[in-house]
Amino acid sequence: MSLHEAHELDKLATGIAGFDLIANGGIPRGRSTLLSGTAGSGKTVMALQFLLAGVREYGENGVFVTFEESPADLMQNVRSFGWDLEGLLDEHKIAVVDATPDPGAEVVYSGSYDLSALLARIENGIRSVGAQRVILDAIGALFPQLTDANIIRRELHRMAAGLRAIGVTTLVTMERTDEEGGVGRWGVEEFVADNVILLRNRLENEKRRRTVEILKFRGATHHKGEYPFTIDSEDGVTIIPLSAIELKQKSSAVRVSSGVAELDRMCDGGMYRDSIILVSGATGTGKTLMVAHYVKAAIEAGERVLLFGAEESREQLTRNAASWGVDFEQAERDGLLRIICRYPEVMGLEDHLLQMKRDILAFEPSRVAIDSMSAFERVSTPKSFREFVIAMTSTIKHLEITGLFTNTTSLLTGGESITETHISTITDTIILLRYVELHGEMRRGLTVLKMRGTFHDKGIREYFIDNRGLHVLAPFRGVHGILTGTPTYTFDDERSRLGEMFRDDGTAATNGDRATR
Amino acid sequence: MTTFKLRLYITGRTSQSQRALANLRSICEVDLAGAYEVEVIDVLENPVLAEHEKILATPTLVKRLPVPVRKIIGDLSDREKVLLGLDLELSPKESSHVPA
Repeated sequence: MSLHEAHELDKLATGIAGFDLIANGGIPRGRSTLLSGTAGSGKTVMALQFLLAGVREYGENGVFVTFEESPADLMQNVRSFGWDLEGLLDEHKIAVVDATPDPGAEVVYSGSYDLSALLARIENGIRSVGAQRVILDAIGALFPQLTDANIIRRELHRMAAGLRAIGVTTLVTMERTDEEGGVGRWGVEEFVADNVILLRNRLENEKRRRTVEILKFRGATHHKGEYPFTIDSEDGVTIIPLSAIELKQKSSAVRVSSGVAELDRMCDGGMYRDSIILVSGATGTGKTLMVAHYVKAAIEAGERVLLFGAEESREQLTRNAASWGVDFEQAERDGLLRIICRYPEVMGLEDHLLQMKRDILAFEPSRVAIDSMSAFERVSTPKSFREFVIAMTSTIKHLEITGLFTNTTSLLTGGESITETHISTITDTIILLRYVELHGEMRRGLTVLKMRGTFHDKGIREYFIDNRGLHVLAPFRGVHGILTGTPTYTFDDERSRLGEMFRDDGTAATNGDRATR
Repeated sequence: MTTFKLRLYITGRTSQSQRALANLRSICEVDLAGAYEVEVIDVLENPVLAEHEKILATPTLVKRLPVPVRKIIGDLSDREKVLLGLDLELSPKESSHVPA
């Protein structure tokens, strides 16, 4: 890898959130890169963001050349992002070259021509602001404007060479008609074929899903495959790099309480501060109650906690917590708790992710709870749900805070849900809450399925819920197969007698069952 | 007779520019009978003017007067098309070519 990097072309950081991560640093410096996508895929926004980020973050001025939309329209369109391009024009940070068709003049062709005038105007723009970044937006609009496509292709080739000679880094946007297939129309890809980025805006399960893919960078590395991104009014384009996210979080040995004393004991003293806990169970097993305990523990420790509700309203959450003796309202007034309720249906998962990240960064909590994570599964494909969980997890871990997600399983007893299989490898601790049918009665069982980096009680413990909350009792004994949903009993007299002999009200059995991971 | 106000945009003194200049000179002398004003603009020297007039290709001859304003793109080697663009053709209807 290091050998590879040594020979790699120099990159220019775009400043587009997430992009530089999947691009291993940025787009090739001093070259042209083609940004191709269908109508409405976000090409122009991304290109303008490249220009704007250059000015704002790197002190690199830019030129934008527009072939389709008038400069006034473009600037108007991005004003909703709070991007003040007019201001930057006035400050001579950016220059505009208007290559849109001239509506005021009729055109007649007579003899040979070239596009030297356009190149001269772009060069003038570059000189006037000392630009290092150039965007050529909607270059395909040149083709209907001029009669000879061959001349245009030849001239674009010359233009790319000219811009390269000047040393500017250029982003060329181009519309394609299909999400798959050819990179661009008119054979334009031939002239900027070295570096190609594709934007897609597909309909999946009745939801729009935007993705970006770096198809190729000649002589430079990048991450492969599609990455979701979102466009919103605050940050413009944000790419969610997911698998490109580096796992470089530190590991904390500090423990925090789950809010249930017995559960903390089962986990050898509590949860790790920078861990992700998944509480999984059927409806009514007490997942939201676990959340309430977890919130209460934070409040009592004087720590801030952010609770995302995806299924219940703030009023419901508050009322339920109050019935277990946890005063959410007071905690909110004290500034220790923030409850944010958003139904998953209101927006796409990528937007949820972005919004939740912002909420977390704004409130700076020590703990985050999401009740429930599985609710988000309803509105997405398995792939984007998994990506969502990974990104959420890494955000929380990166901040070295604790996260608790709940997951609703579909079966009342036993079974495992898709969510579990999807996200169990990502979480550090998994607590299963299960109904246990025993002697014609519905009882509840709790087990710590896994806990990274520590001893934990492997037994299945009975628990009950009353108006003070959740209470963990002794392990179920003489019962097998609870987790499969079909328990079998082995209560012959001898076994239960022997069991009694070695049991010292839970603790002996607990110790015996401990193991190291 | 109306006076033609023409502006010829070129980019540098290339052979293409020279050709356009020569063709224009000939048309002016023969077809416009001296009733013309011609400005020659080198985009390399005056890019701002080219920006204002949205010149992409060179050579481009702009007929500023009489109206309608018309751009004639190319080295003007197709004399008939140039005359068409200058509304000097016998059937002016065919001359109006609006780009798509």
